[in-house]
Amino acid sequence: MLSMLMRRSALGLITVWLVSIIIFIGVEILPGDACTAFLEREAQGLLLENCRRDLGLDRPAWMRYGEWAANALSGNLGVSPDGQRQISELVGYRLRNTLLLASGAILCGIPLALFLGIVAALWRDRPFDIIVSTTAIAAMTIPEFVSATLLILIFSVWLGWVPGIVLTSSNAPLAEFFPEVLLPIAVLTLVMTAHILRTVRSSVIETLASDYAQMALLKGVPYWQMVFRHVLPNALLPTINVVALTIAWLLGGVVVIETVFNYPGLGRMMIDSISDRDLPVTQAIALIIASVYVGVNLLADLLTMVANPRLRTAHLRGK
Amino acid sequence: MAVTSTYRRAGPVQRFWSVIKDICSRPSGAIGLALVFSHVALALIGPFIVPYDYTTMNAAQMLSQPSAAHWLGTDHLGRDTLTRTLLGGREAILVTGIATPLAVLWGGLVGVFFGLVGGRVDDVLMRIVDAFLSLPWILKMLVLIVTFGTGIEVLIPTLAFFYGIPVIRIARAATHDVVARDFVQAARARGHGRFTIIWQELLPNVRDALLVEGAMRWSWMLLAFSSLSFLGFGVSPPTPDWGLMIADARGFMSFSPWGVIAPMIGLSSLIIGINLSADALAKALGIDRAQKAPV
Amino acid sequence: MTTPPKSNGPIIAVDGLSVGFRSRAGAWLPVLRDITLSVGAGESIGLVGESGSGKSTLALAMMGYLKTGLHVLGGRVDFSGIDMFAQDRQSLEKVRGGRLALIPQNSGQSLAPNLRVGAQIGEALRLHSALPEARHAARVLDLLTQVRLPDPASIARRYPHELSGGQQQRVAIAMALAGEPEALLLDEPTTGLDVTTQAHILELLRDLARETGMAMVYVSHDLGAIARVCDRVAVMYAGEVVLEGTAAQILRDPSHPYARGLLASIPKLSDVCLPRALDGRPPPPGGAGDGCAFVARCAIATERCMVERPDLSRIADGAKTRCHLPQQVRSIPLSGERNAQQRQLPAELSLSLGDLAISYARAGLFERLTGRDTAKVATVDGIDIELRQGETLGLVGESGSGKSTILKSIAGLLPPLHGQIALRGQDDLPPRVEDRSAKHLRDVQLIFQNPDESLNPRQTIAQILAQPLKLYFGLSGQALIARTTALLAQVRLGAHYLERLPSQLSGGEKQRVAVARAFAAQPELVLCDEITSALDVSVQAAVLELLDDLRRDNGTSYIFVSHDLAVVKALSDRVAVLYQGRLCEIGPTVDVYGPTAHPYTEVLLGAVLEPDPDFVPSLSASDVVEQSPPARGCPFQRRCPKRLGAICDQTAPPPKTFAAGHTIWCHRDDLAAPQLS
Repeated sequence: MLSMLMRRSALGLITVWLVSIIIFIGVEILPGDACTAFLEREAQGLLLENCRRDLGLDRPAWMRYGEWAANALSGNLGVSPDGQRQISELVGYRLRNTLLLASGAILCGIPLALFLGIVAALWRDRPFDIIVSTTAIAAMTIPEFVSATLLILIFSVWLGWVPGIVLTSSNAPLAEFFPEVLLPIAVLTLVMTAHILRTVRSSVIETLASDYAQMALLKGVPYWQMVFRHVLPNALLPTINVVALTIAWLLGGVVVIETVFNYPGLGRMMIDSISDRDLPVTQAIALIIASVYVGVNLLADLLTMVANPRLRTAHLRGK
Repeated sequence: MAVTSTYRRAGPVQRFWSVIKDICSRPSGAIGLALVFSHVALALIGPFIVPYDYTTMNAAQMLSQPSAAHWLGTDHLGRDTLTRTLLGGREAILVTGIATPLAVLWGGLVGVFFGLVGGRVDDVLMRIVDAFLSLPWILKMLVLIVTFGTGIEVLIPTLAFFYGIPVIRIARAATHDVVARDFVQAARARGHGRFTIIWQELLPNVRDALLVEGAMRWSWMLLAFSSLSFLGFGVSPPTPDWGLMIADARGFMSFSPWGVIAPMIGLSSLIIGINLSADALAKALGIDRAQKAPV
Repeated sequence: MTTPPKSNGPIIAVDGLSVGFRSRAGAWLPVLRDITLSVGAGESIGLVGESGSGKSTLALAMMGYLKTGLHVLGGRVDFSGIDMFAQDRQSLEKVRGGRLALIPQNSGQSLAPNLRVGAQIGEALRLHSALPEARHAARVLDLLTQVRLPDPASIARRYPHELSGGQQQRVAIAMALAGEPEALLLDEPTTGLDVTTQAHILELLRDLARETGMAMVYVSHDLGAIARVCDRVAVMYAGEVVLEGTAAQILRDPSHPYARGLLASIPKLSDVCLPRALDGRPPPPGGAGDGCAFVARCAIATERCMVERPDLSRIADGAKTRCHLPQQVRSIPLSGERNAQQRQLPAELSLSLGDLAISYARAGLFERLTGRDTAKVATVDGIDIELRQGETLGLVGESGSGKSTILKSIAGLLPPLHGQIALRGQDDLPPRVEDRSAKHLRDVQLIFQNPDESLNPRQTIAQILAQPLKLYFGLSGQALIARTTALLAQVRLGAHYLERLPSQLSGGEKQRVAVARAFAAQPELVLCDEITSALDVSVQAAVLELLDDLRRDNGTSYIFVSHDLAVVKALSDRVAVLYQGRLCEIGPTVDVYGPTAHPYTEVLLGAVLEPDPDFVPSLSASDVVEQSPPARGCPFQRRCPKRLGAICDQTAPPPKTFAAGHTIWCHRDDLAAPQLS
C-alpha cells in the first residue's frame, strides 16, 4: 500500500510539472509579453528593450521557465507589471472568494447528491427517480450561464429574494458576501449535484444487482440493513473519484458563474488577465487551478485506498 | 451467384436504421432525436422562414413586449427576438457539427493507437493528457482565441483539439478492454498484421463507445461554444447567437424577460435533445449495462 | 426410497409451481412449468439439468425468492407448512438464512467485499442464533473449524478477496450453518473449483448432512457430485421435472430419454469410449409447444409425443418419468461406442518442446527503481515433450499448473524464457508470433476456452471464417464462399449460419465455429485450451466427437488442455500431468491412468467423481492452493501424501521410465497402484 501511495503521489507531481510546462509554453505563444502589456502603446524601440532587460525577458525561454518554476515552488508567484504588487497577494483574496463559493457548493451539493442518488436508485423507475434523473441531465448539460440567468430571473428579478449581482469588493470580509453569494452557490450546487447524483444512482443500482446484495437478502438480512451494510459502502467507493473530478471540473465552470454574477473570484480574474495579457497572473492562476485539480484527485485516490479493503490489503493478496 | 444471394450481408446501412429504430422505440430517445432533427433542419432552412431580417434595427421598437408583429418582442436595438432566436443556433451547430467528428476522429485514433502500443510511450502520453485535463477548458480555449481571433476557422480546430483529448482516454480504455479479449489474441496468433487487427477486430468494437462519446462531446462542445459567446469570445455581432443574445438581453430582463427566455429555450432544447439521444443510443448499442434480461 | 423421511410430511413442498417472465412482445414465457416436488426432513435431493433448465430458479423459488423480472404464474412453495410466496418481508427474513439456508453458486462474489469474513458469519448469528451476543465470536471460530478451515482465528479476520475459492466456499457453508438450518439449498456449490477442492467440499457436505440431519437440495449439472451427496435425484429439462427417483434409479438405468442421453454424454474414467453426443438444444422459454419438450432431440419419439405433453407418472421401478414410452426408453444406450484410441499413428514428429521455461513475471517500474529482486522462479520450467503426427497429447493439472501458459508459448503469444519449440523435428519456431513465417503460422492453430471471448462479436460467421482463408490461401469471391460453407458443413453447421453474429448462436455452435476457424488453416497441430469446459456436457460430447472426426480425416495433432481427467482420457493418446508448471508424469493414456502413477496423479485421479452412487473418491492430499512453485526440489513437496523427506525438498526428482514412453518424476521407488474403485 505504501508503494502505491508513493506511486500515486509521484504521478501527481509529474502531472503538475507537465502542467507548468504547458502553461509556460501556452503563455509563450501568446503575442506580446509583460512589457508590451505594461508599456502599451509606447512598447517599441529602446523603451521596450530596456524594460525587457530589466525584467529579464531577453533571456532564453528555459532559463525564464526555471526561474519562474523555482519561484512558484517557494510561493513567490511574481510581481504584476502594472501595480508593482505581489501577485500572490492579489490572487490570495480572489482564491479565498472562490473557495467560499466552492465550499458552499460542496457542503450543500455532496449530501444532497448522495441523498437524491441513493433514493432514486432504491426506487428505480418510479416517478421520483424519473423526475430526479431528468432534472439531473438538464442541470448538468445546460450551460451554467443559462441556469444562472434563469435563477436570477426567478429569484432576483421576479421574486426579489436575493440580489442577482455581487458588488462586494474582492478584499472585503467574508461576511459582506452574504446574501449575494447565495445565488452563485445555488447554481454551482445545482450542476455539481447533478453530476454526482448520476454516478451515485448508477453505482447503487449496479451494487443492488450484485450477488452479495442478493445473498444478503437470502441470508435473512433485513432490507434496510442490507442497503446500509452491504450495498452502500461498496457502491459509494467508486463515487469518491467522481466527486473529486466534479469538484476539479467545477473550477472551470466557476469562471462563467463568477462572470454572470460579477463575483470577485479567481475565475473572473483569470478572464480579465487573459484579456489584458497580464501574463504572470494568468500563469499563476493556471498553476493554482491545476494544482488543486491534481491535489483533489490525489486525495480521492488516497481516500479510496484507505476505504477499500481490496486495495488496503493489496500486499496480502495471494498469501 | 445463386449461392451468394441466399445470404445477403446485414450491411452498415441496415444496422444504422435498426439502431435509429431502436432509439425511436424509447420515448426519451424519440423526443431527443426529434429535437436534434428539428434544430438541424431549422439551421438549414431558417433564413427562408424567419419573419424579419436579423440585422434590421428599429429605434421605435426597442425592447417591446410580445405583439402580433413581434411574437417574442424585440431586443435593445429593436431587432425581432423570434427571428434571432430561430437563427441563433446556426453558427453553433455549424462549428460544433464539424468540430465534434474531428475531435472524435483524432482523439479516437490516437487513443486506439496508444492503447495498442502500451508501455512507456503510453505512460508518457497519459501524463500529458492528464496535464491538459487538469487545466480548466475555458483557460485553454481563451488563450488560443485571444491569440488567433474568434472566427470559425479558429474555433473549429480549437474545439476539435481540446475536446479530442478526453476522447483519447475513452478510446484508450475501450481499446485496452478489447485487446485483452481472446479474439484479438486469436488474430495475433493467426499472424494478422497490426493494421488488419486494428481495422477488423478492434475498431468495430471500439466504434460504439466512440459514437456514444461523440454524442456526449457534442453536447459539451455546445456548452463551451455558447459560454464563449456569452463571455464575448465567440460569435461576433451582429450574427445572432444564443449565448450572445443572453449576454445582451441580461441587463434588460426585468422589463423584457423574453429576450433571455427565448434563446435559453433554444439552447437548452438542443442540448437536452442531444443528451436524450445519446442515452438512447447507448442503450440501443448495448453499452448501457443497466439493461439486462431476467433470465 | 433408501432414506425415508423420519418426520411427518415433507419439509419443502413445491406444488404445481410455474414461474415466468414477460417478453418484450407482452407474452408470459415460462421458466418453470408445473413443478411438483417434495423434500423430506433429512433427505438430500439433487436437481440436475443443463444450463437454462430452470434448476437454479427452482432452488431460489424454494426460498420464496425470484430474480428481478420473474413472476409466479401458478402453484405454491411451502417450507415446513409456510407458503413462501404469501409471506411478508419480516417472516421471510426470519426463515431465510435461519431454518432454510442457501449456499450460493459463486461464493467469491456472494460475500460482501467490504466486510471481514468473521463479521459476515457473525451477522448470520445475530440474525438467526439464540446465542447471547458475547458468545458469537467463539461460535464463529467453531463454525470455521467445523468447515475444516485451518487457523480459523486468522481466517475470520480476513476479507473475502484474501481467501482462495475453496476457502470462500467453506466460509459460505459456515455462514449457512450459523442459523442451524433444517434445510440447505446448494446452488452449484463446487462449480469452478479444482477437482481436489471439489471432492473435499463434497465430503464436508456429506458429513455435515449426516451430523446435523438437515435436508439438502443440491443443484448441479455435475452428475458425479450429485451421486456423491444425494439420496434422490430430479432431472430437469426446459423448466420441467422430467424424471424423479432414487439416485440409483436415475444414475444406473434412468427411464427418460433425456436422462439417458445426458448420462451417456458424460465422460467417465471407467469408460474406454468417447462419450455419446446428445444433439440439438433445449427449446427456449415458451418454445416447448404442445408436445413433450424433449421431442426434437428424442431418438424414440412418436407422433403422440409431438402433440401430447406427457405427465410425470410413476413407473414399474418406482421412479416418476415424464415420458409416453417408458418401456422403449431402455433401448437408448447409456455409453458411447466409439473408441478414440484405436488409430494407427505415423512415427514422424509433429512438435517437440525442448527444456521450455516460461515466466509471467515482469519487473514493474517501481521494482526496477527500487532495485528489488525480481528473479523469481519461472512459472513453467523444464518442459520436454515430443508429439507425433496425428497424436493427441492431453495436458492435465489444476488451475495454476501452467497448462494454458504452455499453449500460449507454443502459439507465440508468450515468448519463453528459454528452450526450443520445433515443428516436424527440425523446423525451429521463432519465439514471437510476429517473427514466424506464413507456413509456421498456418501449421499451429489455437482454440480458446470461451467462444464468447474468442469470436469477435461484431463479425458474422462468414467474416470470422474468411479471415484465415484470406490470410493463408488468398481466397476470395466464389472460392471463399464455397470454402467457408464447406468448413461449416465439416463442423455440422448449415450454410444459413454464415450471416449470423456469434451472439445468435448457442455455446456449442460458437465453439464449433471456433474449431472450424482453426481447421480452415489446414494446420499440422491444433492447440485446444480447455475448449469444452464452458460447455454443457451434452454439447461437450459433441465437440469431442467432432475433434475425433477431424483428426481422423486430416491427420491433425492435438494438444488438449483440460482440468477434467475423464475428458482427457476419452480423447488422448498420451497424457502429461503438470503441477506448478513442472512435469510430474507423461506417458500413454493407459499407463498414466494405470496403477503406477506419480503421487500427484494419484491425488487427482482419487478426487475424480463418477456418476455412480456407490463410487467413493479417495482423498489423500489437502486442497491447499499454492501460489508459486517451491524454489528447489520437487514441485509437489508441500502437498505430497507420499513425501519421503528432505530429499524431496532439496533435489529435483529424476525422471524414471516405467513402461515404454511412461516417465514419472519422483524420488520414490515404490509407486503403488492408485485406489481406483
